[in-house]
Amino acid sequence: MTVLLETRQLSKRFGGHAAVSNVDLSVSAGEIHCLIGPNGAGKSTLFKLIVGLHSASSGQVTFQGADVTRHQPFERVKLGMSIKMQAPGVFKELPVRQNLRIALQHHVRPSELTAEEDRLLELLGLTADAARPAGVLAHGQQQWLEIGMALALKPALLLMDEPTAGLSPEETYITGELMKKLNSEGMTVLVVEHDMAFIRQIAQQVTVLHFGEVFARGTIGEVIADARVAEIYLGKTRDH
Amino acid sequence: MFKLLNGPQTLGESRVFWISFLLVVSVAMLYPAAADAYDVGNVAYLLTWTFMAMGLCLVWGYGGMLSFGQTLFFGVAGYAYAVVATNFGGDAGTTFLALIIALLLACTVAAVLGYFMIWGRVNGVFFGIVTLSATLVLSFFLGQTAGPEWRIGSARLNGFNGMKDMPALNVPWAGGEPLTFEGVPLYYLVLVLVLVVYLGLRVLLNSRFGNVIVAMREDPQRAELLGYDVRKFQLATFVIGSGLAGLSGVLYTSWGQFITPASIGLPAAAMPIIWVAFSGRSDITATLVGSFIVLWVFQVLTVYSQQAALLLMGAMLLCTVIVAPQGFVIGLVQGMRRLMVKGAAPGAPAEGEITA
Repeated sequence: MTVLLETRQLSKRFGGHAAVSNVDLSVSAGEIHCLIGPNGAGKSTLFKLIVGLHSASSGQVTFQGADVTRHQPFERVKLGMSIKMQAPGVFKELPVRQNLRIALQHHVRPSELTAEEDRLLELLGLTADAARPAGVLAHGQQQWLEIGMALALKPALLLMDEPTAGLSPEETYITGELMKKLNSEGMTVLVVEHDMAFIRQIAQQVTVLHFGEVFARGTIGEVIADARVAEIYLGKTRDH
Repeated sequence: MFKLLNGPQTLGESRVFWISFLLVVSVAMLYPAAADAYDVGNVAYLLTWTFMAMGLCLVWGYGGMLSFGQTLFFGVAGYAYAVVATNFGGDAGTTFLALIIALLLACTVAAVLGYFMIWGRVNGVFFGIVTLSATLVLSFFLGQTAGPEWRIGSARLNGFNGMKDMPALNVPWAGGEPLTFEGVPLYYLVLVLVLVVYLGLRVLLNSRFGNVIVAMREDPQRAELLGYDVRKFQLATFVIGSGLAGLSGVLYTSWGQFITPASIGLPAAAMPIIWVAFSGRSDITATLVGSFIVLWVFQVLTVYSQQAALLLMGAMLLCTVIVAPQGFVIGLVQGMRRLMVKGAAPGAPAEGEITA
């Protein structure tokens, strides 16, 4: 399968602390790839290195064959990444429809904007809330709206940092089904997550981080069966 | 393009609003026929300041960048107009060349200052501090240019006394005598410019550009993660807003045929903030209407006591911050809307719903 995103020996140091060390990660086109690990494993730091919110101390990030290590976040988005951060990043004082419009207007002709907004509103179950400020939506709705904004960019790669944070189990399940539906339509997804039920629901490939390094990788079945992974999730640490 | 006159970024899109707008414009067009020359000139004077207010509304209210230094660009353009018009003599429409040079200079200064601030990640309160510092530097610099060595061509800067007696704006006219924009002609010129700028800003704000600048005001990082180079949008917004402050500077200088460093210094720099905050910085119509009213009240009071007028401005700013942080004109519109919704039949907009 074609490799869409790749990191080579990617590292990030904050002073003397290595938050991410020599990470090699490969995400193939068409897969849902989950990045997991206990708290402090370096998942969010790696995510920010991939999207450009942190600059790498060393190593390389390539996307669709191009070296994007020194690219600004907006340049990576223009190349086909779409990013959803952990906290709902919606424009709270603006109407829901306008939130979508800001994302859509990149590539949708003005005459087709309203129809495309309507399609996304229906997909997200937000049609009745289209004219309301995004800030008055429930937390789960805001998460979905932001996912909708990310989808509006028609990305080659959808990157999400803990998309189920603060969601109820039912909302989490619905979000997972949405991810699977998008993946079945050809979208590649990279998710940072620690909710194992959600991981089991959606993941095809999993990379486990621990102390900023790649600890294990494989299919979801292989990773769940790995006793060492269970060990670090139970709070024991490996010797090194 | 006309579709963009209405949209989510601007209040007022109903038939009633546009009929009222046309009525106000009609009254304004007929005003010189019913008023004496002094009052017409006075209203033209008040209108010259509204460009700076609309520019600040764009930069601060929509773009989220509190510029405390709009008088910097007012002063740059005003002095540039004075210098060029004085040197060229003002014949054969050269004052319009002076106007264009002055606006280009104000925009260039804004582009250079804005580039270093925005690319240097200066934001929030520090944006206000840097812009205020820049305007104070210019004000103090101009204040010490009283000596005869401080001249550009035949134009002396004259320190705190400022420059005076430069030619007013004029254009070549039938019969050989140029049409000079003083009194009624100046009133019409300023009125037409106010309409062009107001309607142009409405279109701009409801366009794709407007969507991006309100997005960057709300959350710059999120806007960047949607693929926008926020810095370029911020710089463009700052330059346009500063250019409008420059237009105020040129029209003011042409109106009174003088400009002094006092129109750039601290008290002058605080005024646009008060007009826009009091009116409602998040809407261009509220800013235009509110600023005109505040300017008119200020001028009426100044006739009796300038100190009292300044105190009133300070009190208005305090009241705005405490009572109506969104601005009094916006607050008034929202209050009226709530009353209408209360009295409306079922099917009226729900609580929290946004309707322009």
